[in-house]
Amino acid sequence: MRSENVLEMQGICKAFPGVKALQNVDFALRKGEIHALMGENGAGKSTLVKVMTGVYEKDAGHIAIEGKPVHFKSPQEAQNSGIGTVYQEITLCPNLTVAENMFIGRGRYAFVQWKQMNARATKLLQSLGIPVRPTQELASCSLAVQQMIAIARAIDMDCKILILDEPTSSLDEDEVNKLFALMRELKSRGVGIIFITHFLDQVYEISDRITVLRNGELIGEYEASSLPQFELISKMMGKALSDVATIKKHEPPATGQRVAVYEAAALSSDAGVRPFDFSIQKGEVNGFIGLLGSGRSESARAIFAADKPTGGDIKMNGTSVKIRAPLHAMKQGIGYLPEDRKGDGIIAELSVRDNIILALQVMKGFFKPFSRKQAEAFSNQFIQSLNIKTPSANTPIKALSGGNQQKVILARWLLTKPEYLILDEPTRGIDIGTKVEIQKLVLKLAEDGVSVTFISSEIEEMLRTCSRLIVMKDRQIVGELSGMNLTQSDVMHVIAGGGV
Amino acid sequence: MSIAKAKAQGTQLFLPLSVLAILIVINLIKGADYFSMSVINGALYGNIPNILFGASELVILAIGMTLVSASSRGQDISVGVAGAITSAVFVQVLLNSGNITWLTIGLSFLVSCAVGIAIGAFNGSLVAIFKVQPMVATLILFTAGRSIAFMIDGKLSPVLANDLTSQLGGVIPGVPIQTPIILTVLFIAVVALFIKTTNLKLYAESVGINEKAARLNGIDPAKIKFLTYMILGLCSAVAGFIAVTKAGRHDSVNILKFVEMDAILAVAIGGNALSGGTFSIAGSIIGAYTIEVLSRTLLRLEVGTETIKAFKAAFIIVLMIIASPVVRAYAAKALRWVRSRMHEGIVLDTGALEAAAASNPNAPAKKEE
Repeated sequence: MRSENVLEMQGICKAFPGVKALQNVDFALRKGEIHALMGENGAGKSTLVKVMTGVYEKDAGHIAIEGKPVHFKSPQEAQNSGIGTVYQEITLCPNLTVAENMFIGRGRYAFVQWKQMNARATKLLQSLGIPVRPTQELASCSLAVQQMIAIARAIDMDCKILILDEPTSSLDEDEVNKLFALMRELKSRGVGIIFITHFLDQVYEISDRITVLRNGELIGEYEASSLPQFELISKMMGKALSDVATIKKHEPPATGQRVAVYEAAALSSDAGVRPFDFSIQKGEVNGFIGLLGSGRSESARAIFAADKPTGGDIKMNGTSVKIRAPLHAMKQGIGYLPEDRKGDGIIAELSVRDNIILALQVMKGFFKPFSRKQAEAFSNQFIQSLNIKTPSANTPIKALSGGNQQKVILARWLLTKPEYLILDEPTRGIDIGTKVEIQKLVLKLAEDGVSVTFISSEIEEMLRTCSRLIVMKDRQIVGELSGMNLTQSDVMHVIAGGGV
Repeated sequence: MSIAKAKAQGTQLFLPLSVLAILIVINLIKGADYFSMSVINGALYGNIPNILFGASELVILAIGMTLVSASSRGQDISVGVAGAITSAVFVQVLLNSGNITWLTIGLSFLVSCAVGIAIGAFNGSLVAIFKVQPMVATLILFTAGRSIAFMIDGKLSPVLANDLTSQLGGVIPGVPIQTPIILTVLFIAVVALFIKTTNLKLYAESVGINEKAARLNGIDPAKIKFLTYMILGLCSAVAGFIAVTKAGRHDSVNILKFVEMDAILAVAIGGNALSGGTFSIAGSIIGAYTIEVLSRTLLRLEVGTETIKAFKAAFIIVLMIIASPVVRAYAAKALRWVRSRMHEGIVLDTGALEAAAASNPNAPAKKEE
């Protein structure tokens, strides 16, 4: 056992009914290193972290911290042994102050010593370079700062091991840089950091070593500097990455034969989008692009009437129609995959089957339920064709990994055979393999004549799939880019205000 | 029905069914003649018919309560007084209709059903449109309802003294089973048919689990909540009808008294979450009968009528603790531990796991079904 290893896990096994989540996995974290834990959804990353932090009990294997064997029975025990965890969703209280959030639930006394608490918070925040006052309300801080405060809280508990689970997924670039600076600072203090993310560039920017898991098995441990990105991806996916390169953009039909499937004039909604004109041709893939908060999601929601419409003239295939509620949009052949999968997409406790048939069933009507057999046939068809990994069609959707949940929602809309499909962030928080599958699917749909509006915060992805980009800023359309030679700098230029 | 679904239902029904089994065993120990029935005036009497007879109203209300809980994530505490009002309407319409025939009884019943649905619509609009908390919304009627029923009565306890209504509340000559039992079975059949031929279950569950997502799939959550409250209103009317024909007079103070809490309890014992979402009506029905069996068991054990409520409460507390997720998690953990001891040395492959799963204690529940 190497003395510099602060955490050592050997031969970890963990099984759930029907699934072997971890099989004989080894993992070692050195003092003062940033170690990326990589793998697709369902590879076993979260299970490994949960075993590490005492949330799950391991079936077999050994865990040692600084050479001493440990056996955690609860997350509290893990915390006391110096393991701090910061999850993707910030689990702080927004209506308390920064200092309160840092020390909440930690006092050994019945009374809070405000002065002492604030002084200690100030010191800690300063030493970590987090630019907030301890008496500030947490809600007034940006997401990145909140994330950092969550980390500060973990650090103050005197942690030797810090686990960051997707800490950057809701941060912008500038905020990510701040977070990275903090991580480097901690690293120099000797904290071992486990970093889980889907952003490959970030992995290379900050990690020293990379451990790759796939299907619950350890693929290997590598020095970040000696593992090219392409190789990392193929290790994660278990297949050569030629696939990603073969995605070919669909060519929209020539101008002469174009038919506008959907056309809106001065469309607006009560979510605060300024009235905008928008249209999409048959078989076209276009996208709303812009920064978070630019109104790209709100525009998509306005088309589907997901937010209450406040105005606009809509034509489907040249005929005037009224779309006042989601059901109207569905009946016109529009499908909408929402940005917030958990909040707006899945019906968590219902089965995969019910989740798949839901939209089509609602379109068919309240008094016309599908027979059990028919529903089975529909769901099995998509479980197979989209390769949805689920123990059965009866499994509640909440038991599936994020990527597979997303596929279920996709299946739901594909089943309605839409003419026009709106996909808002279909690839967020899911693994590369599924991302590629979804992008391919979008292009395949377009070839079959379905129009698709695709929204993603990864510009590359949009450039790869869309033939026309509508650039948004401050809740209005500021430009439009098309042609087969869209580039990232074009988009940046428009967002920055240069016009087309 | 696929195996997985049957298994899931089996787990949900495991608790109420095993409680029923325990209660029956207690009764059998007390006296082996528990199941014996006798024929009096051409109808069956005995412990089992008495339970089915006594639980009629509760079963019907529990069905509606299940739907309301599922869709609106809250409970309607006005079901008892709603039944008091609808049965008062039934009695008044019937007594004022001149002669009492099957036709006038049927019409009066339909009028009372319409009133029940209207009450449901009132509660439903408060919950679905004005987004008032279900318990607060129904508290209004809970408070005012019995006075309204009293005003409808006009005088103290109008009496239904005629053969036809007492046949409805008792036995129709030539039919060996007491009428309320038959009415309850009919009602269950109608509900089952309605659920089978509509998407009520899918819609109500979707709305209860994730209202926003349901809306984005074209469901109107307000409509569904409204509908479930109207159905519960109808259930109240049917329960009120049965209660008043059983009693033979309308006592606005005591009819269906305290039934709302038992109805909620039946839903919970049936393994349904009171916080909405997936539900099993079968569970609630079994839960309702369980409550009735419990009351009668305590009576049979010669617990005094004054103290019976305390014993009932104690029993239910134990039951709820056993069914709580905390205890369940411990039980699952203990089970895994036992299993891992049993399979020590055997390679832990899926086959072994499934074999272990097959031997888990939920299996007996399926046998009982």
